[in-house]
Amino acid sequence: MSDEGRVRLGREHILLPVKVGFIATSLAAALLFNMMPWRDLRGVPDLLALVIVFWCVHQPRKMGTGLAWALGLVMDAANGTLIGQHAFAYALLAFGAQTLHRRILWFPLWQQALHVLVLLLASQALTLLVRLLAGGTFPGWWFFAGSLIAAALWPAATHVLLAPQRRPEIVDENRPI
Amino acid sequence: MDRQTPAFFHRGPAPIARVTFFAVLSTLLMVLDARFQYAEPLRQVLALAAYPIQQVAAAPVIAYGRLADFFASRSALQRENEALRAEQLRSAPALLALDALKAENEVLRETLAARTKLPQSSIFAEIVYAGRDPFSRKVIVDKGSQQGVQLGQPVIDARGVLGQITRVHPLLAEVTLVVDKDHPVPVQVVRNGLRGVVYGSGDGATLELRHMATNAEVEVGDVLVTSGIDGVYPRGLPVARVTSVERDAAAAFADIRCQPAAEVGSNRQVLVLTAGEAAPPPPAAEAPTRKAAKPKRARNVR
Repeated sequence: MSDEGRVRLGREHILLPVKVGFIATSLAAALLFNMMPWRDLRGVPDLLALVIVFWCVHQPRKMGTGLAWALGLVMDAANGTLIGQHAFAYALLAFGAQTLHRRILWFPLWQQALHVLVLLLASQALTLLVRLLAGGTFPGWWFFAGSLIAAALWPAATHVLLAPQRRPEIVDENRPI
Repeated sequence: MDRQTPAFFHRGPAPIARVTFFAVLSTLLMVLDARFQYAEPLRQVLALAAYPIQQVAAAPVIAYGRLADFFASRSALQRENEALRAEQLRSAPALLALDALKAENEVLRETLAARTKLPQSSIFAEIVYAGRDPFSRKVIVDKGSQQGVQLGQPVIDARGVLGQITRVHPLLAEVTLVVDKDHPVPVQVVRNGLRGVVYGSGDGATLELRHMATNAEVEVGDVLVTSGIDGVYPRGLPVARVTSVERDAAAAFADIRCQPAAEVGSNRQVLVLTAGEAAPPPPAAEAPTRKAAKPKRARNVR
């Protein structure tokens, strides 16, 4: 349709209601990415954590602590890590994101990414603490590089994951959707 | 008329209550897993559920590896071929002498009425990918219980001991590498027969010979081979070479660092040894309780 037909309202853009199927698909895709084998783990972002934060911020009533916890358990079993380690981190991540969701959305995207970075780093620090208590060794500072990259992906993730909600089904020039 | 909150305002327990519940639950699971190994059944069920997803995720990577092999350049193959020829030539004298030595050894052992070694058989496997846990050193190989891989079997490469099978799935198996911090290997110094236990030092590349007295006779350059005492690793496989020995009179033990003999981190082809030496029977009183407590883990990995 013509470009004038789209009313540009910036952040005030009214979105279509989210489809639960799309949330599930995005979580499954992120889980798939997280299970991809890598020769070297340095700097590989935890996309599942990012998508969990995204839906907790944008749809706090559909995505919550319990689902994040369950996804964390699957990650633990698949990765052979301590059972409950990812689950704990993801549950706290979801809680943090839900608590901050009203605040985060007021900011422009790159400042939102800073909020997300803090959340991701906090959850990684928790994982680190748990593993050090369980007798692990510090893997090096590169351990946190994944969070930096994941936070840098936040604007891209927002564009991709909100795309289905931005598309109007019936274009009407007088309606701001 | 009773007035209740309409259902669409209902949001369940407060978020802080939920997160506390899940935090306590995860902590409980972690303690059960780390200290008592009770979480293994749950792990098995979840791993089974995650298995198809893992297969789908691994498929493109494995396919890429095969494709890369297929399109390996001619010159690279020629170079590799030459290197292998040279290697074969270098090891030829030792191999030629081996048969004679074997026969001689047989006779000597019979004379000593020693227990003869069981013949070794092995499964060829390829490393598919590295484990996704940055806190431990593990790799996944492409052979599993369907190919006869079992828990606790030693894994070697062309140079020496690589590790041990610590988890078995139907088509894949997890190998804990010798450089893992929690992976002990009983070893012997070739030069003087001194026995000890070598652990990963935690940095992922070197090993540490722990609990050796400050005046222990270990020197830089000493070769450590498996002693075969644990019944897991067959005797005489190279494990590491000592790279530094620091003796501090104030400390009870010497700080001995070693370089692993196997190419940890760069190799792709490995051998899983399936029939080791018959292990001596475990002490009668202790054996049943220990087996009941941790049935799914390999013997000498904590």
